[in-house]
Order: sequence, then C-alpha cells, then structure tokens
Amino acid sequence: MSVVTAQIAPTGQQNTEALVNAVPAPPTLLTVSGLGWLTVAALVIGLPDEQMVDRTGLLATLLACAGAAQLLLWAGSHVAPVLAHAGKWARWFVALAVMITAWELATAKFNVLPLPFFASPQAFIAVYTDDFPRLFDCLWHSLLLLSEGYFLGAAVGFVSGVALGWSTSVGYWAHPILRLVGPLPATAWIPIAFFIFPSSAAASVFLIALATWFPTTVLTWSGVASVQTAYYDVARTLGANQRCLVLRVAIPAALPSVFVGLFMGLGSSFAVLVVAEMLGVKSGLGWYLQWSQGWGAYANMYADLFVMALMCSTLITLLFKLRDRTLAWQKGLVQW
Amino acid sequence: MVSVSSELERPQAAAAPTREAAGAALRIQDVSHGFVLHNELLPVLDDITMCAEPGEFVALLGPSGCGKSTLLRLVAGLDRPRQGRLLVDGEVIAGADPSRVVVFQDPTLFPWLSVWRNAAFGLQARGVLKQHRSRVDDVLSLVGLTEFARVYPYQLSGGMAQRASLARALVNDPRLLILDEPLGKLDSLTRLAMQGELTRLWRQRGFTVLMVTHDVEEALLLAQRVVVFSDRPARIRADLYVDLEYPRRRDHPEILRLRREALGLLGLEKNW
Repeated sequence: MSVVTAQIAPTGQQNTEALVNAVPAPPTLLTVSGLGWLTVAALVIGLPDEQMVDRTGLLATLLACAGAAQLLLWAGSHVAPVLAHAGKWARWFVALAVMITAWELATAKFNVLPLPFFASPQAFIAVYTDDFPRLFDCLWHSLLLLSEGYFLGAAVGFVSGVALGWSTSVGYWAHPILRLVGPLPATAWIPIAFFIFPSSAAASVFLIALATWFPTTVLTWSGVASVQTAYYDVARTLGANQRCLVLRVAIPAALPSVFVGLFMGLGSSFAVLVVAEMLGVKSGLGWYLQWSQGWGAYANMYADLFVMALMCSTLITLLFKLRDRTLAWQKGLVQW
Repeated sequence: MVSVSSELERPQAAAAPTREAAGAALRIQDVSHGFVLHNELLPVLDDITMCAEPGEFVALLGPSGCGKSTLLRLVAGLDRPRQGRLLVDGEVIAGADPSRVVVFQDPTLFPWLSVWRNAAFGLQARGVLKQHRSRVDDVLSLVGLTEFARVYPYQLSGGMAQRASLARALVNDPRLLILDEPLGKLDSLTRLAMQGELTRLWRQRGFTVLMVTHDVEEALLLAQRVVVFSDRPARIRADLYVDLEYPRRRDHPEILRLRREALGLLGLEKNW
C-alpha cells in the first residue's frame, strides 16, 4: 500500500491486512477448561450433599453442557476459524471452573459456610427455576419505572441544559437554582416526594427523573457553552438563523458532552431506582431484594442482585452503543 | 510611495463573460474599529477607506496582528464597525449573508458532518438544499473531493480539509469571497497547488475576492491589487497594482520589483 493512500484512506484500512492474516490457532486452553467443567459436573453429582438442597442434578447438567460447549468450540475452530475467537475467554472459563468448585465444596458439599446467609450454587439456580415468574415480573416493573423516570429526566435535562447554555436570561434565572438544588442527592427528596405526589409510583418516577436530570443538564449546558465561536461564525456567514445555530451547530457540537451527562445520569438513576423500589412499590428488583431479606431467603437476594447487575450493565452497554453510532465522527472513543 | 499602474484591466471578465456580473462591488468608507481590553479601547483599524471593483481580486497584506482579519470580519458582517460604513453594491452591510462567505485560516469544518453535509450546510441553512442537491456534487468535484464526500473531517489531510471548506463557501455562489489566510497553515507544496486552484476558480466564476495574507509572494501571484497595511492600528500604506497575465511566474521581473517594494513598505527591505 502506498504512503499516499495510507494517509488519505479512511481509518482502519491500514490494519485490515494484519487482521486478515491473524487467523487465530485453535485454542488448546479451551480443551482444558472444557474438561475442567466436565470434572466439576462429575464432582457435583458424585459427592453427597451435606446441605439440604434441590437441583443438584440440574446444576451438574448445566455444568456438563457448558464443558461440552467449550470442547465443541475447540473442535469447531478447526473447521470454522471464527470460533477460535472464543479462545480469548478460555482463561476466564478455567477461573470460573475453579471458583464454582470452591463455592460448591464450601457450601453444599462440606457446609463450611453456614446457611442461610450463604447459598450454594444449586440454591442460586433454584431461585431462577422456582421463582422465575415473580423475578421476571420484578425485572419488568423495574425496567418500566426506570425508563419512565430516566427518559423524563434526560429529556427535561437536555432541554434545560441547551436553554442554559444558549440563553443568558435563562442562565440568569436557572443557574442559581441549579447550583443550589442540583447537588442535593435525589434520595434526600424521598420524604417530600412521597407526600407531595398522589401515588408512590409517581413519586418514584419523579425521584429517578430528578437524579437523571442534574448530570444531564450540567453536562449539556457545559457542552453548549463550550462550542467554539468559530463554528457559529462560519454558520452565520453561510446564512444560518438562530434556530439553525442551535439545532445544527450548538446541539451536535455539544453531543459528546451530553452523552457523558446521560451516562452519569443513568448511573445515579440506578441508585435511586433501588431505593425508591424499597420504599414505594409492590414489584421491582429493589423491592424483591428487601422482600427476600425479610424472609431470610438469601439465595433469592443473590439471584436478584445478579439480575440487577445484568440489567444495569446491559443498559449502560446500550447507551454506549447508541453513543458510538451517534458520535461516529469522533476519534478515539472509550470502548465499553 | 503609492505605485499606480496605468488603467486597471480586468482579464477575468474577458475570460468568463457569462459571469460578468457575478462579483460584488465593495466600498469601505472611513472605517475605524477597536476592542475594549482591560477597560481601555485598543484601536485596531484607523480610518480605512478602500474599495474593490466587481470581480476584482484584492489582497490585504500586512504584519501579523495588524487588524486585517478584523477588517474581514466587518466585511463579512460578523461585527459592526465603531465608525465609518461598509457597503456592498451600494448597500450598508447589516449582518452576515451567504453572498459574502468567509474561508478561515482553519478549515473549521463541522466535525459531526461528512464532507458532503459540510458543503451542503449553507443550502440547508437557507432551506434550499432539496432544489440544489446537484450543486453540492458540482462544487465537490470542482475542488476534487468527489471521492471523499462521505468521509468525516478528521479523516482528511490539511489541504483536503481546506478544499472542503472552500467548497462549502462556493456552493452558495458567493458574490464576494472573503479569504482569511486560507493557505496559511498548509505545507508549501499543497500551498502552491491551492494557489493555482484559487486563481482558476476565481477566473472561472468571476466573484470578487478579498484575501488577507502575510505572504508577500502569495499576494503578488494571486491578486490584481495588493493593499499594504501598517502595523496596528492598521492604516493603508499603499495600493499596489499587479498588472500581469495569469498564470504568473514568481520570477517575473515585475513580481520581483513589486515584492521589493512591498517588503520595503513593510519595513523589511533588507531581509529578502
């Protein structure tokens, strides 16, 4: 490839040859991890349970399936090299096999960690098989509540941020309020919110929206305020009116900052979601946490925490994907 | 001090007869301007009076920081003068207008828009993009960026970015093209090529050009008239006519003579 084309070519093209040539070899470590998982499965079935647990058979089956899948991946990568990319996770698979073994031995098999505070892997899985409808219902209600609050807060935050950054008179009136009220944690509003709003659901939406609103506003505002004046000069000489300057210059230029605000807002909305659900709703992951603690069902708590982690992580991932698509014009984005 | 050549000829008008009326006439009358810095008025322009005929290529030459760019901002309508008047075709400049487009030293392409969208910005801002989509393609091919229409600005080299910026200005069919050291940050080879392209475009289209530069040779190679400014606050020191055919050779005796004269006016005659 000539130097000239390398300079003007769209990014990434220089590396394609290297990528194509680097077909990964079938990862041998996958056989180790696969056999490891099969061994753990045998252990789970073979050793007698010390604790009173169901689902030992199911756990062993799942472990054996996982082990078999890894062996299949290894075998398949001889035929389809794409599968060999799974090899980069082989070390994690080995580590997980070790951790699950330790966990299983310490709980179900030898009862080192006492019940009810520590749950065995079987008990953990049993929550998903036995209490799935309730857990799913909780996840659904959490997502519903979160999205109502988050979208409301993000929308209001975005609009108020743009207004603050653009208009000096809005800034004059809104800035002191933002400075005084914004840093207050949304949870501090809980007592007021629950008697002001007609229903606890509305109060929860308000609290989540409030938690999202503050970072979104501040970062949208700072994004709009820090747009280079040169862009406005260019746009004005090209015939842009005020509306065009806001919509086609200020907002796009501020988007990188807006996404930071949306990300921070999402983080604080999770925190408020859990607290609000513990106080004011009858179904939700936060409510489930408290409910299962009340019954001393610690396995359910862990299972619920795991679902919660998956939900939060997935939502953050979705936000980052949206950002990557929207900000494709930016160089050097952080990969999530 | 002021060298006045014979009758000013306008070769570009003959070269592009269909576009004869494409250029705007610019009158700058008794313009003074300044900025308030630490509660004091810092004078930048001192009683500037000059004009540019329709289709004329005028270069503004002066030491850096003398106020040339400020004058361009006034002509573009981005700022108002503290004293005096600026008129385009007899009308006082009241604000920015797409018939007077600026190309800045930095390409200032909108990084969130592709090259095509950048070039289309002016048409879109005025709500006429739908009727004139082909004009965007035309100017991109004019500056040789057709293949890069879908590319984002960060993927362009410096010279390509400046050409894209030129395309974004030209798509509006400007009657007055305002160039603020448009080639200032380019490497010397790209710069030579772009100088050629600039004169070609100007002769083809017949708009009036007002170009700020601090490169004496560039001013003499491109412009029909070179207005030399003093140090800040800027006053007009001389109005040099460059009565030569295009393309010009940088070793033409007249160019060399004018160059010596211009450098002398800038107080640099010993440095050449």
